[in-house]
Amino acid sequence: MELELLLNALVAGLLLGGFYAAVTLGISVSFGILDIVNIAHPAFIILGSYVAYIISSKFGIDPIVVAIVMLPFFYALGSAIYQIYYVSFERRGQEALRGLAFFFGLLFVTEVLLILVFGVDYRYVEAVYIGPTLHLGILEFPLRMLVPALVSIAMFCCLQLYLSKTFTGRAIMAVSQDPLALRLMAVDPTRIKRVAFSISIATAALAGAFLIIIQPVVPSVGRDYIGIIFAICVLGGLGSLPGTLIAALLLGIIESLTSIYIGPSWAPAVAFGVLLLTLAVRPSGLLGR
Amino acid sequence: MRTPLFVLIWAIVGLALYLVFEIFGNDYLFFAGYIVLQYIVLATAWNILGGYCGYVNFGSAGFFALGAYSGVFLYTVGQGVDDFGTEGFGALMHLIFPVPVPIIIVIGGIVAGLVGLGTGYLTLRLRGVFFAIATLALAVVLETLVVNWSYVGGSRGAYIIPPSEIPIFGPYVQFLFALMIVLVIVALTSARLIERSRLGYGFATIRDDELAAEACGVPTLRLKLIATTISGALMGMAGAPFPFYIGYVEPASAFNLSYAVNAIAMPMIGGTTSWIGPLVGAVLLGSLQQLATVTISSAANLLIVGLLLIAFVIVAPNGIVGLVQGWWRKRSANTPTKTSTTSSAKPSTTSGEAKP
Repeated sequence: MELELLLNALVAGLLLGGFYAAVTLGISVSFGILDIVNIAHPAFIILGSYVAYIISSKFGIDPIVVAIVMLPFFYALGSAIYQIYYVSFERRGQEALRGLAFFFGLLFVTEVLLILVFGVDYRYVEAVYIGPTLHLGILEFPLRMLVPALVSIAMFCCLQLYLSKTFTGRAIMAVSQDPLALRLMAVDPTRIKRVAFSISIATAALAGAFLIIIQPVVPSVGRDYIGIIFAICVLGGLGSLPGTLIAALLLGIIESLTSIYIGPSWAPAVAFGVLLLTLAVRPSGLLGR
Repeated sequence: MRTPLFVLIWAIVGLALYLVFEIFGNDYLFFAGYIVLQYIVLATAWNILGGYCGYVNFGSAGFFALGAYSGVFLYTVGQGVDDFGTEGFGALMHLIFPVPVPIIIVIGGIVAGLVGLGTGYLTLRLRGVFFAIATLALAVVLETLVVNWSYVGGSRGAYIIPPSEIPIFGPYVQFLFALMIVLVIVALTSARLIERSRLGYGFATIRDDELAAEACGVPTLRLKLIATTISGALMGMAGAPFPFYIGYVEPASAFNLSYAVNAIAMPMIGGTTSWIGPLVGAVLLGSLQQLATVTISSAANLLIVGLLLIAFVIVAPNGIVGLVQGWWRKRSANTPTKTSTTSSAKPSTTSGEAKP
């Protein structure tokens, strides 16, 4: 009985970690690779949740399909935001203080707008895989966790392949290390950064859909994820996607064990503990450069 | 202007404000004014670290709530003091409790300052952005702790019943208002003192080029820790009387993100380089919000703050003070003969850093 509980806690943690991987992916690109501290990312995830909610409840389309259709729109949104950020802060060299304040304002404005439009009611979506559970021996896989986790890991692998195999992807990996060298190869670093930042925002569409599949969503729920995503990002090592995936799974497991053995109300503190511990002991993270 | 004179002028301004409110005979003015004063302290506190050193603190709400919950804790202990009996330890407890609010403010400041020091020690050795993220997460963790700590009310919240009247001041809120005026003077004076001392120059070198400062022998880590501690302590002091003002505290309201947003937005909009900026920003934004809460809605007023913050960091990076200074400079460049008379007639109200 004790073992069964432990195994199921581990499984739940892995599935949660798969979801966290999707949530962190965007930050891992924008903060880890580009050095743009986009703390507004959770707000875009919530935006993704609400987009999935509106379209899915109106037309009865699967939320994940909606999110995939919405990817170009979020990509365009990301481009627009990066353009503002570049013109106002990066070009003037003021990104440290004012850039942070800019994203903080963006986080706040998005949240308040969502509250004004949708109110503070919990919203949820309908889909066939919300509800049933897959049983494998003593292990239980709730499908509402399993489907997002699998799609999330697939998304992760796609992005990793893109970054390591294509020219643009490699340019993205290079842009934060040596923009000058990139320029010498006749690549515009600003364009590359814009592409990467847009990709990071686009992932929020999918992460948002996963979030609303897993749990009902209110506009303020995004804030709870700020600590988690930055903890994962730092623990995994900045700019390392495999590290991020490992860290996400690890944090999912730790959090699941905490909520089962200590109490669910303590779970939010886990991320911060991990973050502080990482910063104090090994700031470069698990697979950091 | 020397510091005692500065304090004296602000004390007179504070007293005048109090008397005007008193003569108007309206409790609401005190209620609304308290919030604006509280924001002046928060904004000034944020600016000591954010504006002078260039390190962003997103966890102002956490420090504020630390102060508030220190107040709740001491109040709760004071309520249960009869359980200790009347002899020995019990007599001692009766001597200490109930703790007067001014002392609670000091204790709240100490607690928040220590937490600031601890967080700073763990994260400030790394790049600045890690500190910003850690403060963001700090607020979440402190909230978790409070939610799980039933002694101070847990997620149910705690009721604080302040006496309705107090000698000399009359209604209790007037007493708190007066305390807040004192706190504002303390905050403004410390900010101004820091600005003009070696400490302030050290902070400025960190903001402008930390690496160069380090290379020149500026003890950057120590300075940053001092800034974090002072800033955190002031935020805690701003929060400590809050339970007595509001009467009921629960985690979601004490850790409200709007404190964090306002603490950043006010200095950014006012101007971060001098003590005047946060003051101007807090008075403007604070009053505007009080007005908007009454006339429009409380969600809309937060939207206004967020939009103003974004607009100002993009369009006017040096805030209102920067705009006024730029305008002043342009004017004096255009009419060089007139400036000597106008600037001597009205010195140091806009350019707070007038050379001593």
